[in-house]
Amino acid sequence: MIKTTLKKIYLILILIFLYAPILTLIVLSFNKSKTRAKWGGFTLDWYARLFRNEALMGALWNTLLIALAASVISTLIGTVAAIAIMHLSRKGRTVVLGITNIPMLNAEIVTGISLMLLFISFGFRFGLGTILLAHITFCIPYVILSVMPRLRSLNPYTYEAALDLGASPLYGYVKIVIPELMPGIASGFLMAFTMSIDDFIITHFTKGAGVDTLSTKIYTEVKKGIKPEVYALSTIIFVTVLVLLLLINKAPEKGEKK
Amino acid sequence: MKKRICAITAAASCMLLALFSGCAGKKEAAGEVVVYNWGEYIDPDTIDLFEKETGIKVVYDEFETNETMYPKVEAGATVYDVICPSDYMINKMIKNGLLQEIDREKIPNSKNIGQQYYDNATEFDPGNRYAIPYCWGTVGILYNKTMVDDPVDSWDILWNEKYADSILMQDSVRDAFMVALKRNGHSMNTLDLDELTEAKNDLLAQKPLVQAYVVDQVRDKMIGNEASIGVIYSGEAIYTQRENPDLEYVIPKEGTNVWIDCWVIPKNAKNVENAEKFIDFMCRGDIALKNFEYITYSTPNEAARELLDDEEIKNSEIAFPDLSKYQDLETYVYLGDDGDELYNELWKEIKSR
Repeated sequence: MIKTTLKKIYLILILIFLYAPILTLIVLSFNKSKTRAKWGGFTLDWYARLFRNEALMGALWNTLLIALAASVISTLIGTVAAIAIMHLSRKGRTVVLGITNIPMLNAEIVTGISLMLLFISFGFRFGLGTILLAHITFCIPYVILSVMPRLRSLNPYTYEAALDLGASPLYGYVKIVIPELMPGIASGFLMAFTMSIDDFIITHFTKGAGVDTLSTKIYTEVKKGIKPEVYALSTIIFVTVLVLLLLINKAPEKGEKK
Repeated sequence: MKKRICAITAAASCMLLALFSGCAGKKEAAGEVVVYNWGEYIDPDTIDLFEKETGIKVVYDEFETNETMYPKVEAGATVYDVICPSDYMINKMIKNGLLQEIDREKIPNSKNIGQQYYDNATEFDPGNRYAIPYCWGTVGILYNKTMVDDPVDSWDILWNEKYADSILMQDSVRDAFMVALKRNGHSMNTLDLDELTEAKNDLLAQKPLVQAYVVDQVRDKMIGNEASIGVIYSGEAIYTQRENPDLEYVIPKEGTNVWIDCWVIPKNAKNVENAEKFIDFMCRGDIALKNFEYITYSTPNEAARELLDDEEIKNSEIAFPDLSKYQDLETYVYLGDDGDELYNELWKEIKSR
């Protein structure tokens, strides 16, 4: 009895630590006063201002665009790369996997600065394009990482059977291998998406003038203090993610009931 | 087969290269100015007005600290036409040859800037050749009249044990040392080891009294009565007073830091003419007024101050202090890499203790 109450208290404590900051932020987004120290009454004004704030909305748009493009492209490249790596000799595989793992262990600032220097030496114009290239670069290893174990556990005979039955290699891959890999590909995609949305340091070094993602835009407000519009935006993002998660978790339940 | 794949990859990478470098040519047509400013440091309307009046497109970019701005400008990842760094950073950029001289003849509105600000700027920009002041302010003490009953006119109050655990210090090397050095009557740009050691020991002695070393939380903490005394920038003081009328701002009698953020044009700027037009526009009285009202940091623009309707702000001792009344006002200068390291080393000793 005591044990279970202790367990419950422990769980509640953890939830409080996790969600208290987010709750504070949500409450402050309805605060009429600009400062966190005073409650000036309830208002939806910050939400209205948020939608009128072109700079913030532009940054949100950029963030989503880059995250989506980067995760789609890196998922494609990463999956193909994983399949190729699987076909290498054992030694080749270790070497290549080692190389693809380094960017994940590397400090982000090192990746950021080296990408910036590389882009400068190529004479690229810094802008959305360079951010996208950088994001694709650091997302690929995560996709490989999540596709690889799926590939390893794959039964090679189903693919061979398909070939025996007259499928071309490409057809065999599309119909047999890719569907088997789908869970790995999907989790790789999601991982790439969240990594890209989150990233600040690499984006900071590879972005051009006038192009901002949410993280870089919010960070520039540090000198004058973060504005409540940002609280409002974070609240919307949090609620969206929450709703999406609920929907995703509901969906398979329905499927199973059938 | 292998050869063909090689050829395809080569072709693809060539196309990618062409795509990204191709963008370069297209966008850099005449009629653009690339501005690099602090975040939230301009009224967005003034940019629209500038674009409408001149037809020049503004590419606007923001940074959060001088230190993150510098490497990006030095590396030249993006070529900026106008930048707005602070005093000591301008000094560093001049010394490292990153800036070009500004021809004030081409910026007629630069005469709107009061002479006393140009005079102050000579400390980091000898001869006023590189920088046009944009915003300025002082660093002083903000205190709560209901919580502090001693007279506040000296940095000494920050060492008063009565207010233990109720004092807020700035979490930045130069600002912290400025307080300690000024209190002892030394220059805040000193490299004298004895003076610095004395300052370090003072700061160490003060540490138990300090509630927190903070940057921008001074505002909220003072408004919310969470602390009674804090070191703060004058521009923030006006805002905090509006929110909490019990707060009072003082420039200590031992002198303090006068900071100035200025427009400069980097050496590699591509649109120098547009840059001059942009700076000129920002120096115009009505535009400077708009920016002052948006940022609330003091403007060095005399024409803007004349346009102010609100007499209270116009004659505010916080927004527009008469600098001649105070002694020993100084501006930060760049101390060189060795100097920076010395300060950082001492600061680390204080923070880690």
